[in-house]
Amino acid sequence: MNRGQTKINDFVYGFKKGTPILLGYIPVAFTFGLMAVGGGLPPLMAVFISLSNLTSAGQFAGTNLIIQGASYIEIALTTFVINIRYMLMSLSLSQKIDPKITLWQRLIFGFGITDETFSVASMEKEKLSYSYMLGLIAGPIFGWSFGTALGAFTSSALPESLGNAMGIALYGMFIAIIVPPSKKSRPVLMIVLISVAINLALKYIPFFSFISSGFGIIISTILGAGIGAAVWPFKEENTTVKEEL
Amino acid sequence: MYAFIAVLLMALVTYLPRVLPIAVFRKEIKSTFIKSFLQYVPYAVLGALTFPDIINSTNNYITAVCGTAVALILAYREKSLFIVALGAILTVYVTGLVL
Repeated sequence: MNRGQTKINDFVYGFKKGTPILLGYIPVAFTFGLMAVGGGLPPLMAVFISLSNLTSAGQFAGTNLIIQGASYIEIALTTFVINIRYMLMSLSLSQKIDPKITLWQRLIFGFGITDETFSVASMEKEKLSYSYMLGLIAGPIFGWSFGTALGAFTSSALPESLGNAMGIALYGMFIAIIVPPSKKSRPVLMIVLISVAINLALKYIPFFSFISSGFGIIISTILGAGIGAAVWPFKEENTTVKEEL
Repeated sequence: MYAFIAVLLMALVTYLPRVLPIAVFRKEIKSTFIKSFLQYVPYAVLGALTFPDIINSTNNYITAVCGTAVALILAYREKSLFIVALGAILTVYVTGLVL
């Protein structure tokens, strides 16, 4: 098989892997479109936010602050803190991608790293090629912007009760990602539980009330994954674990 | 103009953490601890992002608890992201009508 054919195959394979994410993003982005336009932003601005940010929690929080008229510093800091977790994901992916991928290519596909594309990419067993990554992120980028446009332009037509119900969509997706591996791998289950327990403690114990929820997630993640790595180190030769991850 | 500048700032602080590590780190990490840590990160992040915030994701925590339960059951049966999200939305919608 020649190189061009391999590239096309990788792209198509990546695109197929990204399709469930595309479908999962539409209701979430729809919610975002509703929320942003409901808060007074023009529909095109809502679509522009999704297209340029391509993230959930960070852009939800940032948009909320814009609607409230917050300062640039507050908006940038809050969004940054929520997005620091991408550094961990990007670092993790840097270990999985084909080392021959150029700097420019890294700068391009890096834009498409989200919680979901990262999760799917990290479960691949082969080294990740540039074409695979482009294929993987193409669908989700489209789904996120398209869903936002749908929500933004139909916001006035929707009954309020259905709008309220959409708020759970994002979390439903997160649950769909973490439950199956937790079922198969005890370490993964324990790590999820530890991370959630720490997050709950930081949120509800008054002593920790100075920690913002964005930082709380960062601390929970580092402790949860850190304790997991110390207690249940992941072994290269242990392929059953690898399949589950 | 204010919103436009704010969105560009948001885009910048979202893009930088995504690309800096992948652009800078070229060597393979040898440490088993760091490798394990990075493998476990997505599960830890998604767990902390979901709980307890999911309970406040609708305007009524009872509908949210029902939606969470349905999402957990569907996910346990290994349904797709879309089905799990849709099941949670419909559950919240229907319980919202009843309550």
